[in-house]
Amino acid sequence: MTEQTNDIAEQKRVARNEHHEPVITIRGLKKSFKDHEVLKGVDLEVRKGENLVILGKSGSGKSVLIKCLVGLERPDEGEIKVLGQDPSTLKYDELNVLRVRVGFLFQNAALYDSMTVKENLLFPLRMHKKTMTQEKKDARIMEMLENVGLEDAIDQLPSRLSGGQSKRIGLARTLILRPEIMLYDEPTTGLDTGTSREISELMIRTKKKYNISSITITHDMLCAKLTADRIIMLREGVIIAEGSYEELEKSRDEWIRSFFY
Amino acid sequence: MSFAGRYFREVLRPPYEWREIFYQCYLVGYKSTFLIGLTAFIMGMVLTIQTRPSMADFGAISLIPGMVSVSVVREIGPVITALICCGKVGSRMGAELGSMKVTEQIDAMEVSAINPFRYLVVTRTLATTLMIPLLTILADAIALFGGYIAMNIHDATTLRHFFVAAFAHLEFIDVFPAIIKSFFFGFVIGLIGCYKGYRARRGTESVGVAANSAVVAGSLAVFVIDMLAVQITDILT
Repeated sequence: MTEQTNDIAEQKRVARNEHHEPVITIRGLKKSFKDHEVLKGVDLEVRKGENLVILGKSGSGKSVLIKCLVGLERPDEGEIKVLGQDPSTLKYDELNVLRVRVGFLFQNAALYDSMTVKENLLFPLRMHKKTMTQEKKDARIMEMLENVGLEDAIDQLPSRLSGGQSKRIGLARTLILRPEIMLYDEPTTGLDTGTSREISELMIRTKKKYNISSITITHDMLCAKLTADRIIMLREGVIIAEGSYEELEKSRDEWIRSFFY
Repeated sequence: MSFAGRYFREVLRPPYEWREIFYQCYLVGYKSTFLIGLTAFIMGMVLTIQTRPSMADFGAISLIPGMVSVSVVREIGPVITALICCGKVGSRMGAELGSMKVTEQIDAMEVSAINPFRYLVVTRTLATTLMIPLLTILADAIALFGGYIAMNIHDATTLRHFFVAAFAHLEFIDVFPAIIKSFFFGFVIGLIGCYKGYRARRGTESVGVAANSAVVAGSLAVFVIDMLAVQITDILT
């Protein structure tokens, strides 16, 4: 296990050095709900191939931030660039073109509960790959299920899956359109330590295999330690710290240290 | 209003989700036939049995088929069918979409670049708009058959004789407005059911609220449309 962790740390060091142009840029992002200001001027950048982990307590605006990136929330102020485009200024059809390039894994996986696992995976393909033959679609579905190690669950309904299995299928469904960016909203919440580690390792494998850039929102320090190339810490809508896991772990700030110990 | 406006914008814009439309038609139409049929049968029988004593007092038993057919086709058939569908279909749509909203399935469609409004709302509302008139016609026919069975409890009549007498009293103005208004019933039941579910807030309680309010608002809308339809028909005749 220690060897594996060292390998991952080494890969992350290499990855940090290889990062090139930014795929996500946020400048001065502000968002309020009625009188409550959730984001108070956030600036950040995610470079190609990088996984940025955002840490923060509940209500600090983490989920709102990534929802702004896919147009689920509209920012009040500030500029967002995702793959060179600002989702808040795009027309609906243009936004959908961008959304195909950005995958979003929801906290509870959000599988369509009236569909089987296969239908869940087939649904985005049916909508976006209309010229793809059924054989190719089936092959893509099997590839994704093999990636997440759940080929046997193909005919099951989501209600029969465990929390960890649902997350894996949710990830497979998101990856099936081959996104360039992944947004993970608390991918390991509600899972036991073992399953949490499995999901984190799956995220790392996915990133390597498909060269995906990503933002991960989490409270889970194991997930952050395993997956993060860089971490930012969000407190009451403001970024208060940035660095690697090891750097932040050594911080003297009480609030930051409270996440690590 | 903006929800209805969006519906009309989306429904006029192909391509259509035919697979989902047919599936929803199956759920709304085929899956409701037994309930609608049974209710209509009982309704036809009860109407015949309850009016018979009064008609007998006037020596007008031969007019019972005509009276039953006009009552059923003009009013009772469409309204009862709509109210049953409101309870069965409207509540299902409210709960289903509400649950999808709460569990972020609608957001998941949105971020997958699948238009959830087209896939969920347009298909369901189209299905109710098309299926409820068909269910109404079925309910009318079964209610008349129920009337025929009830008629035979006291008086001997043939099926052919009963239906000839029933249709002899029906005119175009009895049938046409009833069918037209059932399209509107179907439209409001689907649209309101979807609206209540689509606009559900976060939290499981809101699913129950969505289902409940879909039935209440849908039933109220059916009565309002019925009242307007009666007024318009009255003016036209």
